[in-house]
Amino acid sequence: MNRRRDVFQAIADPSRRAILLLVATHSMTAGAIASNFDTARPTVSKHLQILTECELLGQEQKGREIYYYINAKKMKEVSDFIEPFRKLWDDRFNKLQDVMKKYKSKK
Amino acid sequence: MELKTKIASEEGKQDLVITREFDLPLDLLFKAYEEAGLVEQWMNTKVIMLENKKYGGWRFETSDPNGNVVFSANGVIHEFVANEKITRTFEMENSPFAVQLEFLEFESLTEETSKLTMQIVYRTVEFRDQMLKLPFKQGLNMAHNRLQEIAGKLK
Repeated sequence: MNRRRDVFQAIADPSRRAILLLVATHSMTAGAIASNFDTARPTVSKHLQILTECELLGQEQKGREIYYYINAKKMKEVSDFIEPFRKLWDDRFNKLQDVMKKYKSKK
Repeated sequence: MELKTKIASEEGKQDLVITREFDLPLDLLFKAYEEAGLVEQWMNTKVIMLENKKYGGWRFETSDPNGNVVFSANGVIHEFVANEKITRTFEMENSPFAVQLEFLEFESLTEETSKLTMQIVYRTVEFRDQMLKLPFKQGLNMAHNRLQEIAGKLK
C-alpha cells in the first residue's frame, strides 16, 4: 500500500507530471530531460529518482548513457484510478478548514 | 501525508460518497457552505448567486488571471437545513457532463470536530467514471501547457 501512495504523491507534483509528459514522446537521458526545465539539475535528478522508484519511469542502458522511458502499464494503472479525484477534494477541504480557522480567530 | 478525505465508489454504481472529518465545530463547517464570501475563498471561485433556501439556486464562475471565465457551474437547491443538510443539483456549464444530484449531510463529532458526508449521483455509471478520471487529465493538460510555455521561451 505504501508504494501505491507514493505513485500518487509522485504525480501530484506538476514538475514530475511535466517530466512524464516529456518522456512520453521518446526515451531521454537525464541531461536531455533537465535541459527542458529551468530547475537545477539535482532537483531534476531527484524527480527522476522518485519517478523511477515508483515505476512510472524505467531505465535502459545504451552505451555509456542511461535513458529514461515511460512505463505505459503503470501510467494506465494510475490514470484509471480514483486517487487524483480524491486529492482534488482533499485539497479543497483543507482549504475550507484553513479559511474557517482564520475566520474563527478573527471573531 | 495520509489524505483525510475518503471516497467510496462501488464498481458498476452511478454514485459515490465523499466523507471528510474537519477540525472545526459543526456550525463553522456549515457556515463555510452558507456564506458566499467564504465559499469564494475556499472554492477559489466567484459566487454569482447563492440562494440558500428551498427552491433557491446557485451559480459560480471562475476566471483566469486575465479575467476570462474558465469554469462556470450552477444548480438548484432542494433542501437547506442549517447545520444539518443541503440537497442540490450541480451542472457544469459548457461541458458534455450531465447534471448531477448532491446530498450533503453535516454532523457534529465533538465540540471541536465535525463530519461532512456528500453523496453525488450521476446520470449513468459511465458519467461517474469519466468524472473520476477528469482531474488526472486536467493535471496532464496543465503539465502540457507548462511545457508549451517553456518551449515557447526557448524559441
